[in-house]
Amino acid sequence: MKSPKKVYLENLNKTFITTGNDKVVAVNNINLKIKPGEFATMLGPSGCGKTTTLRMIAGFEMPTQGKVYIGEENVATKTPDKRDTAMVFQNYALFPHMNVFNNIAYGLKIQKRPKSEIKERVQRILKMMKMEDFSERVPGQMSGGQQQRVSLARALVMEPGVLLFDEPLSNLDAKLRIHMRDEIRKIQQNVGITSIYVTHDQEEAMAMSDKVIIMNAGVIEQEGTPQEIYQRPVNEFVANFIGRANIIDGEIEGISGKDAIVNIHGISYRTKAYKNFQTGQKIRAVIRPEGVIVGKQDFIVKVEKSVFMGQNQEYGVDFFGANLEISENNPTGKTIYRAGEQMGIGFEERALHIL
Amino acid sequence: MTSKAAYRKLKIKTELDNIKKNMRDPFLTIAIIGVFIIVFLFVLYPLIKILKESLYHQNQLSLYHYKEILRLSSTKEILWNTIYLGLIVSVISTIIGFLFAYASAYLKIRSKKMFNAIAILPMISPPFVIALSTILLFGRNGFITRGILGMREANVYGLHGLVLVQTLTFFPVAYLLLVGLLKSIDPSVEEAARDLGASRGEVFKSITLPLMVPGLANAFLLVFIQSIADFSNPMVIGGNYTTLAVQIYLQGIGNYDMGGGTALAIILLMISVTVFMIQKYYVGKKSYITVTGKASRARELIDTPKITKPIYAIALSLSIFVGLMYALVPIGAFIRLWGIDYSFSLNHFRYVFNLGMKPIKDTTFLSLIATPLSGVLAMIIAFLIVRKNFFGKSFMEVTTMLALAIPGTVIGLGYVLSYNTKPLVLTGTAAILIIAFIMRSMPIGIRSGIAALQQIDPSIEEAANVLGASSTKVFTSITIPMIRPAFFSGLVYTFIRSMTLVSTVIFLVSARYNLLTASVMSQIDAGKIGVASAYSTILIFIVAVVVWTMQFIISRLGIDISDIEG
Repeated sequence: MKSPKKVYLENLNKTFITTGNDKVVAVNNINLKIKPGEFATMLGPSGCGKTTTLRMIAGFEMPTQGKVYIGEENVATKTPDKRDTAMVFQNYALFPHMNVFNNIAYGLKIQKRPKSEIKERVQRILKMMKMEDFSERVPGQMSGGQQQRVSLARALVMEPGVLLFDEPLSNLDAKLRIHMRDEIRKIQQNVGITSIYVTHDQEEAMAMSDKVIIMNAGVIEQEGTPQEIYQRPVNEFVANFIGRANIIDGEIEGISGKDAIVNIHGISYRTKAYKNFQTGQKIRAVIRPEGVIVGKQDFIVKVEKSVFMGQNQEYGVDFFGANLEISENNPTGKTIYRAGEQMGIGFEERALHIL
Repeated sequence: MTSKAAYRKLKIKTELDNIKKNMRDPFLTIAIIGVFIIVFLFVLYPLIKILKESLYHQNQLSLYHYKEILRLSSTKEILWNTIYLGLIVSVISTIIGFLFAYASAYLKIRSKKMFNAIAILPMISPPFVIALSTILLFGRNGFITRGILGMREANVYGLHGLVLVQTLTFFPVAYLLLVGLLKSIDPSVEEAARDLGASRGEVFKSITLPLMVPGLANAFLLVFIQSIADFSNPMVIGGNYTTLAVQIYLQGIGNYDMGGGTALAIILLMISVTVFMIQKYYVGKKSYITVTGKASRARELIDTPKITKPIYAIALSLSIFVGLMYALVPIGAFIRLWGIDYSFSLNHFRYVFNLGMKPIKDTTFLSLIATPLSGVLAMIIAFLIVRKNFFGKSFMEVTTMLALAIPGTVIGLGYVLSYNTKPLVLTGTAAILIIAFIMRSMPIGIRSGIAALQQIDPSIEEAANVLGASSTKVFTSITIPMIRPAFFSGLVYTFIRSMTLVSTVIFLVSARYNLLTASVMSQIDAGKIGVASAYSTILIFIVAVVVWTMQFIISRLGIDISDIEG
């Protein structure tokens, strides 16, 4: 296997001119560094520019401005066939007139590799994907999951410097999706290939990635490990986009070393401060539903919604005029409050994240 | 009991249950029986009559007529002529059609709307317009042959003229089919190949073209069927190059040799139906496009000048040529004596109006009667095929589709044989002309009706049913309004088709009812190209006015209906 390559994007910009002669900035001067062998996922709502960015890395879109480094080389103006990338498509994009073997062999044949080498490499990849028995099948005779495995094999066999994924699992059903994402991650780690993955499914992004890149309206909102993104979102967009979040108002009461003391409607909480705050400063803070403790008596609130979900009990309560979502884990044996009842709540120590 | 017997029993029971269920619904029963009677009387019975006539000699069952007709060396030549012409025209038409389709689906070029318009033109114009303008350009007194090149003995009649005329007439068939297929190839399949290192040329060779092979075969066969069934062009411009469709007419009507004529008709029918079956059930099913699924995103159009410029140049010049061919006929109608005296004159129109307005009135009147009848019938049949289960459903589906493959001359000859004796004497009446119009236009209406109905969730109709509407009420208040676009485009198509129909009705015109198309034919035959042009111009004018009026009414109707709904 060749060594994996790094991918650097420098001031990358893509502006489309619509038929009405309007300018639409799909990707707005983004900078991104992906290390060799890293699994990076671009995550965002539809229209955020993630797919356009991926297609600029692959070469299907020419950047309006900026540089795309794959390894040491700026490939921004090169056509897709001249780049060291291979892509796995959302709808598999298998060649319907070729069987599995020929689909996988296609790129090697284009490179005019010797027949024996093609055969050996295709068979090795088929074995790795546990698809040896499928080599004579044509795409029309396979399920979506099988087709997507062929699509992955077809990309992997090229031993590209960078492997690109364009929402590859979104056409599969939920169960298969979880199975396939584990499989892709395992293969990626075994092979050690640099991978850039585009999805709008946050769970997928969390489960697979070394690095998650949250995009919105053509810019990168935040990048980091899944933990960083979930626990320390930099703004309300990221907080709301990843997982569920309650955003509440508060005031900085004091600073104590690396911690800040936050006053939420009269109650003080200590939590870590990742930025510099001044005493008396008005702030907004994120509290995840699972960070709210039922039974504490910091606040007495009215239950508006109470839903039993099995492994947890979900509440919606009126918290100073705004809705607060609460998720109480393992409700078996605990008091269940009904809509209309009063209950006491509080926040878990250090669970508040100040924005 | 064996499982096979059990299966058969279950099947019979299902059919019986279907019949019982349908019997409870008088509208359905009447509709189903009515359609079967119509199909039998005007599709099957005429064909049976032809077959019977061809197989009887002096009241004896024999192959005499086949032997007689095939003994003639001229028949073998005609047979070969038909197939040879079909092959050449199909190859060239498929290539040109593909070029246009590729330009439209893959290239970033201007004038795509014009290419589309050019492709639709032959479908809304009388079939011999191109033949007529070819004579005006390349005939003995042709503008190019005589006027520019100064040739005295130019002969456009024959194979070369036919190839030119048929290609220009039929390549749109290939284009429309191929452009649909090319547009539905998922661009990501080609992107995948690019991504794996294939250059643009390699992608075309190894992906696009192989994916299109079934489509190309399909286009080839469809054009072939049209070419061998074509009557008017070989009649007008074939010269000594006779084809089967023409010979059926000459043998049956010209020589009063019904035995020979019917034998030829059966031969032509067998070729057509065989090719149609291959197209529909073998090649048609072998499509890769359905495998790739719906296109996930719009295709990045190719804007490399090296590729776009030459293709654009070819497509543009071809379009301009075709456009000119159509413009030439109205021009020719106002020229005093084409090839000799190019001054403006209304003589041809004066001649036409002196000869009488009857064919003009008859054609328009009969077409206007046929139009709603064909439209409604087509929608009823489409509805029955898509939505209902009944005994003989697949038979109905196959025969109504097969009507597409039956050459017009064959069915025309069948009508003459079937309906000039008792019990049902229809020849010479307006009825048989109207029936011919309906039967020749209905298959297309059924097709678009089926396509439209398949897009609509049956639960919408079921909802109306559950709310208390009878099946008649469901059909008129829910189904028809939902497939309105298909219904109205069916109306427009029927009218155009009726106004311009030649092959079937050439057998059926009489002193009582003469048609415009037949008048054009006889004027060309008499060498009166100017008068023929004038007739054609009037025909095109009426078609344009009526189609425009229909569209106007439809748009008004559309507003009214949506007002009620709102």
